[in-house]
Amino acid sequence: MPNYLSIDTSAHASVALVDYTTGSVIAQRTSPKGNDQTETLASYVRDMLEENNEEGKNLAGIFVGVGPGPFTGLRVGLVAARTFGFVWNVPVHGIMSLHALAERVLRSGENPKEFVVASDARRKELYWARYDAEGKLLDGPHVSAATELPVLPVYGVGAGLYKEQLESVGSQPRERSFDWVIDARHLAHRGMDDLASGLDLSDTAPQYLRESDAQVPAFMKKAKA
Amino acid sequence: MSTPQHPLVLGIESSCDETGIGIVRGTQLLANTVSSSMDEHVRFGGVIPEIAARAHLEAFVPTLEQALAEADVTLEEIDAIAVTSGPGLAGALMVGVAAAKALALATGKPLYGINHLVAHVGVGVLEGTVLPPTFGALLVSGGHTEILKVTSLTNDVQLLGATIDDAAGEAYDKTARLLGLGYPGGPAIDKAAKDGDKKAFRFPRGLSLPKFVGSAEEPGKHRNNFSFSGLKTAVARCVEHFEAAGEPIPVADIAASFQEAVVDVITSKAVRAMQEHGLKTLLLGGGVAANTRLRELLAARCASAGITLVVPPFSLCTDNGGMVAALGAQLVAAGAEPSGLDFATDSSQPVTNIVLEPRG
Ligand SMILES: [Zn+2]
Repeated sequence: MPNYLSIDTSAHASVALVDYTTGSVIAQRTSPKGNDQTETLASYVRDMLEENNEEGKNLAGIFVGVGPGPFTGLRVGLVAARTFGFVWNVPVHGIMSLHALAERVLRSGENPKEFVVASDARRKELYWARYDAEGKLLDGPHVSAATELPVLPVYGVGAGLYKEQLESVGSQPRERSFDWVIDARHLAHRGMDDLASGLDLSDTAPQYLRESDAQVPAFMKKAKA
Repeated sequence: MSTPQHPLVLGIESSCDETGIGIVRGTQLLANTVSSSMDEHVRFGGVIPEIAARAHLEAFVPTLEQALAEADVTLEEIDAIAVTSGPGLAGALMVGVAAAKALALATGKPLYGINHLVAHVGVGVLEGTVLPPTFGALLVSGGHTEILKVTSLTNDVQLLGATIDDAAGEAYDKTARLLGLGYPGGPAIDKAAKDGDKKAFRFPRGLSLPKFVGSAEEPGKHRNNFSFSGLKTAVARCVEHFEAAGEPIPVADIAASFQEAVVDVITSKAVRAMQEHGLKTLLLGGGVAANTRLRELLAARCASAGITLVVPPFSLCTDNGGMVAALGAQLVAAGAEPSGLDFATDSSQPVTNIVLEPRG
């Protein structure tokens, strides 16, 4: 039976191989670091395919996290997934990366009525999104300071990073999730559900949420005037 | 057909604002597709790294498809893949390297992480150009200004001199902004300078004082190095002087005098370096190679010094994938070891590091 390859680099480099029919995880690997996507991703995929006798061209498809996430790392996964899809001629499905955290919340036995997931956006901010009890996206993704999150249970690495600030405004950071990094296995599970519901996942455009920070310099404005 | 001496190599370039994919068989260029984000940088008056990196992501697969179609080859036929691993903009390099690794893994082809500057020299072997075993190179662009000594393209390249601050192309961009001439500055200043008097102003030639230059026997620390920041300041003061006096700015004269200062110091230092290292051939590369005054003065000075000047076609002087493929093909033919899939980009990769060694 064919398998899905799943890739997310919006937080750490994370890859998984997931059974097409059952959704069971055949193999997975996530880097302990958040800044080595360029170095690690390709060998993670190579080793995982080799160890499981999988050939790229036989894959059922590729799931890729489209962010939000720090730009450079995020692009590594996207350009790799698109290139794999092109060479192996298999479909590439884009999934908003925070869905992976929401999926994990739902699969962990937690059952909040509504909740927020948050990952590290650096620059003293969080990437976050708000979900209902079924995992339906209600709001987001957004990027903002922790104190601007909805006053709800908050899950994911981001909740741990800004525990005090979240508590100071009445949010409930959930301690057991403080080491939950966005990963490829939960991303694949969400992707399989979304495909089964008939969603179109063909868009793999990155969700940067922030502009490039480039400012038109004063002298250019002057030169134009 | 490709042979061990004429391998079919695909080259990927993403160190600045051009996404380039070139395909070379031995020394024959089959395709050289370039997608540039230059238009997106115009309103900023210079390359914005994050904008360049975003554009690389969107351009990669379409540029690859186009290059393969143009060369009329399939990925299965390719013998090896080469990618610029540095020097360049870190975020931009990472997109090309991540894409190259994915391509190498998906196709099962060996991957070489190679030096961008040496690749600029590598184009010299394309299209029937015959270079002597040892030669010099002068690279002038928006990102770099270097004098190199090439003893072997695949394993012995030495840096003789480089800029210690701005690249020449950057100095052009900054001066063009001061004069309200737009971006990119190179062509804009070159054009404005045509109607100007290059002797109207005497702008400084950076690092030309005896204390920096020394003598052939006892070379100073900066004998072959460049500096353009003082020149930029001098131009700014000149412009301010006219503004303060309420007089019109003599744009053409300033442009011509600025250009003369840049070109004079580059060509004189390059030719002297060739003479002192016994190099009889000089290859010119980089985007500023299109500059008419640079070519004219360099040709004249090379001629009087008895040095043969080689200038590749302009499309091969600017950043492109063909140059990466060209150097890659030389490395494959020379039996270089592939770099594997674990290497990191190196935004300041030295010219002595022509191809990255496998990690671990
Ligand atoms: Zn270059």
